Amino acid sequence: MTELSPFVILIAAIFTNNILLANFLGMCSFLAVSKKIETAAGLGAAVIFVTTATTAINYGIYHHVLTPLGLTYLTFIVFIAVIAAFVQFVEMFVERFSLGLYHALGIFLPLITVNCAILGASLFMIIRNYTFWQSVAFGFGGGVGWTLAIVLIAGLRQRMRYSDVPVPFRGVAIAMVITGVMAMAFMGFAGMVRIQ
Amino acid sequence: MADKSPVACVTCVSRGGVCDGKGIQTLKDGVWASNPISIQILGICSALAVTNRLENSLVMGVALIFVCVGSNLFVSLLRNVTPRRIRMIAEVAIIATFVIVFDQILKAYYWEMSKQLGPYVGLIITNCIVMGRAEAFALQNRPVVSMVDGLANGIGYAVVLAIIGFFRELAGTGGVAGFQILSLDWYVPNQLAVLAPGAFVALGFLIALFNWLSGANKEENEGSTP
Repeated sequence: MTELSPFVILIAAIFTNNILLANFLGMCSFLAVSKKIETAAGLGAAVIFVTTATTAINYGIYHHVLTPLGLTYLTFIVFIAVIAAFVQFVEMFVERFSLGLYHALGIFLPLITVNCAILGASLFMIIRNYTFWQSVAFGFGGGVGWTLAIVLIAGLRQRMRYSDVPVPFRGVAIAMVITGVMAMAFMGFAGMVRIQ
Repeated sequence: MADKSPVACVTCVSRGGVCDGKGIQTLKDGVWASNPISIQILGICSALAVTNRLENSLVMGVALIFVCVGSNLFVSLLRNVTPRRIRMIAEVAIIATFVIVFDQILKAYYWEMSKQLGPYVGLIITNCIVMGRAEAFALQNRPVVSMVDGLANGIGYAVVLAIIGFFRELAGTGGVAGFQILSLDWYVPNQLAVLAPGAFVALGFLIALFNWLSGANKEENEGSTP
């Protein structure tokens, strides 16, 4: 793994191994907010920021605190605590210094703690033995990829309003099928770069 | 089914809130009437990720039952001493503990499976089902009923996972869990089913099927997401 440059990982995380479309992470909030492009983009921005920062922090904690102390079985609980604390911190910081941003982003921040994409990015980083810069690139790319997917699908779902969907499929079911088609489209990128 | 559930509720209440009646009702709700995946659309990350094979789906189902029962029990036991402000953190800590226990067991006795499931065992922590049940049910109810609720929701989750896993593995390889069901003489395995798009489409159709069966053609059931 060490031979992959961070840039390759960044591109791969956005397109070929999209965290939402290939790894199914962050589905819950994805379905909740992918109804309007603006909200989707807002949550996406928050996710990009938080994933990038938390992968970096978790990398440090895992390799410099947990591994030397032999406490790697605590990984999950430490990671989730770091993420929750970080989100809380960001929320306080944003509220204090930029009220406009707080109102735009505010409601999304608590949602992020339980967004599997954030924890998933950190766990993948450990499983794939990334170096520090690879981890940061993966966290950032994962966030961007997630945002890209959610914004694209929000665009499609906005249009769905005008189409005649069979009754049982209305709502979540058709959204899943659309996502499937989108995932198929993203498989077209598969030849470009490979990770894992 | 949706039109029947109020009736079932009334009969349950008219029985004078018999304890076991409530338990059975809770069980039924979790498995069918408010199935976490197909009705409430919760916890679908893992429902999609691990269902490429039946075996993976079953292990994941067991994991969720274990975590859900355990966390519901302890959240319920501690419900009167947990300060409201920090209840989320307390819930997450309890859930994470059970996930770690299961992950360690899996790593110790079932290494191959642990490798295959990868990060998705850890991701049970952020699975909305477990958190949702702790928050919505265990905080207000007695320990035993909470355990039943956790069990019911875990089973509801496991059943749906098994169904998806069965059909995806069948379509993707022509066989299930090592048994060749569709002869490869005429059946060309559709690789797409075990890849990501198959998961989305399979779940989409399953949800539509549940909607159709229960007659829940809600115009806006999109609001039911967490």
